[in-house]
Amino acid sequence: MDFQLSDEQIAFKNSVFNFARKEIGLNDEETQKYDEKNEFRWDVWKKIANFGLLGLPLPEKYGGAGADTLTTLVGMEAFAHGAGDQGTSLAWGAHTVLCGVPIMLLGTEAQKERYLPKIATGEWIGGFALTEPNAGSDAAAVQLRAVKKGDKYILNGTKMFITNGPIGKVFVVIASTNKELKHFGITAFLVESDFPGFSVARKLNKMGFRTSPTAELVFEDCEVPAENILGAEGDGFIGVGLTILEWERSCLLAAGVGSLEAAMETCIKYAKQRQQFGRPIAEFQAIQHKLADMKVALEASRLLVYRVGCMKDKGIPAMLEASIAKLYISEVGLKVADDAVQIHGGYGYMKEYPVERGYRDAKIGTLGAGTSEIQRMIISRIILDLKKKSRGGAEHGF
Amino acid sequence: MDFELSDEQKDFQRSFRSFCEKEIAPRAKEVDEKGEFSFENWKGLAKIGFLGLFIPEEYGGSGASLITRAVGFEELSRACAATALSAESSASLCTTPIVEFGTEEQKKKYLPKLARGEFIGAMGLTEPGCGSDLSAIKTRAKKEGNRYILNGNKMLITNGPIADVIVVMAVTDKEADRKGMSFFIVEKGFKGFSAGSPLDKMGTRGSPTSELIFEDCEVPEENLIAEEGKGFLMAMRTLEHARIGMAAWCLGIAQACLDESKKYAQERFAFGKPIGYFQEVNFKIADMKVDTDTARQLIYYAAWLKDQGKPCNVEISIAKLFASEITTKVSSNAVQIHGGYGYMKEYTVERLYRDAKLGEIGEGTSEIQRMIIVRDLLEKY
Repeated sequence: MDFQLSDEQIAFKNSVFNFARKEIGLNDEETQKYDEKNEFRWDVWKKIANFGLLGLPLPEKYGGAGADTLTTLVGMEAFAHGAGDQGTSLAWGAHTVLCGVPIMLLGTEAQKERYLPKIATGEWIGGFALTEPNAGSDAAAVQLRAVKKGDKYILNGTKMFITNGPIGKVFVVIASTNKELKHFGITAFLVESDFPGFSVARKLNKMGFRTSPTAELVFEDCEVPAENILGAEGDGFIGVGLTILEWERSCLLAAGVGSLEAAMETCIKYAKQRQQFGRPIAEFQAIQHKLADMKVALEASRLLVYRVGCMKDKGIPAMLEASIAKLYISEVGLKVADDAVQIHGGYGYMKEYPVERGYRDAKIGTLGAGTSEIQRMIISRIILDLKKKSRGGAEHGF
Repeated sequence: MDFELSDEQKDFQRSFRSFCEKEIAPRAKEVDEKGEFSFENWKGLAKIGFLGLFIPEEYGGSGASLITRAVGFEELSRACAATALSAESSASLCTTPIVEFGTEEQKKKYLPKLARGEFIGAMGLTEPGCGSDLSAIKTRAKKEGNRYILNGNKMLITNGPIADVIVVMAVTDKEADRKGMSFFIVEKGFKGFSAGSPLDKMGTRGSPTSELIFEDCEVPEENLIAEEGKGFLMAMRTLEHARIGMAAWCLGIAQACLDESKKYAQERFAFGKPIGYFQEVNFKIADMKVDTDTARQLIYYAAWLKDQGKPCNVEISIAKLFASEITTKVSSNAVQIHGGYGYMKEYTVERLYRDAKLGEIGEGTSEIQRMIIVRDLLEKY
């Protein structure tokens, strides 16, 4: 066992944190402004691009930094910690991890050459379109149809809650190519926003994560060249979908760890300054108890995320561990956000304090990337194995 | 970074688990029912070298790392929490001050016997009037010639009724507060020492607990550990080790709850199918898995830090706090999954539920752990 990040990883973590704190975190009023406007921050996006983070895990050959999984999620954690802008962290994550990474892992040479350099520079923004108006948790039930016609596929259907939808230039779109085959009849396509028949139906108005734009996407006889299949036909769920979900449940969660640390710091600072009954509220055990629990949550979350990163870097399947991390971090994140508002009292309910935004932001954790309920289904299925099917996964005591 | 146990540690885990399942677990129910310490278990543990696992090789032990210690206590506790608690008190609480601070003579005299299980060890910190607030202890040690005379009472002492040797903290200088405390090695045959009768407990009933009474108890001066005034520091250092052990102890109970619940959910039918098919049941099991798995990472992390000689006070408290609190929660859900049967003595979870509660109290309550954690936070930020 070795729980130490390498010297390079520590240096990288510090530099990303310092960058994010200086450029974004120190000016929380600006983040508040964009949160209120429900708008993407193009200026910040350019800064992240210039700092070289958008292509972090992508190969150097295509303009990326060639970082391993652990380093990627350390970068995400440090950015979220420093910036305190969860929406922007998500925009980056959806772009790099949910679109760039699957192309890197499963794309053809031509696809990589076309998309990865533009993703690495941020010139093209990427997204991942799985959820539909009527298929969320039950991802295999997608209704968006793709029918082959000559050397093209014709896509018809709607995608819902798509992060980066309004600003994305390229999307990994999950479609059904053969309804009979269910899971095995699902195929992933790379769709560009200027393909005929693609449109952004509407930008959605959200409770939190408002600096990350979300949209409903409509495909009306949308024409996608056959060479834009990602992976193989029929491999869209088992191959592409699950690969992406495993990354999503670990890397994106790393931003949750960073956000948790930012919230904890904000609370400590406030608790030391705020005086009641003649002394700082940090001296009251009721406040201290909440702060201690935040620290416990932080350490536990970080270990769970890093473990998934290490397993992925070693090529060990981490479906179970990713679900554990996702479930724990998102649920404890809700509690931390709640306690953070509570520590701030009435001020915590006001827009000028970042914990108000944090409270709204936190709720997405238990919904996106597979709801808490889905994570519990995955975990209990692996453990209980009621159908006596072998599902793998390193288990303790089983 | 690497989250995997080494091959050696995995081998140890595998073989020790199989020992515990064969030799320890079958007696767990009886040990609990009778409320009696199992000398048979003790002999078995001694025979395979578990009791000397943490004692350096030159004194008859095998000098294992703290990660290995955590692995071991989890497995033992999973089989029988009471036996694990007694083993922890002897092999960890009692030996740590001697290993880390004792003189060569003390080490030679006591460690080999503790390693072989010939001596059962204990530690005496808590008193009738003080537990969490250790600086308030009242047991006095006064030097008279080449002896110390101890007077006072220790309370809630694990292994109290059966211990051959006890490391005891007493006040040597009342004025010096925390710097006026010292540790002594007391043998059960010392004049003026006696152990009270076993206290009746909710759980861990096979691990005897009692009061210790010191009435002009005569302790030779060579049985002072290190020097006068180092007691508080030594207690803190020892508790760091002990908290890792306690966290692993809790985890063993939680893992046993998960194992039992899994089995029950697969076998018990309701409404025509195994209850494991119902989300009210399998979601609880998923939560147990998340909790135990997370606790395990925190424990290994804290143990690793300690093994590396890095600062780890806070991380140890985090591991202990987390592991103990999830264990009471997990054990409660385990009983719930078992329904009415879970309330019956014939089901293991009934015992586990009672055993679990100790985790939030022993080796520093949850409240004390949070104090340790937050004190550091407020200093750092």
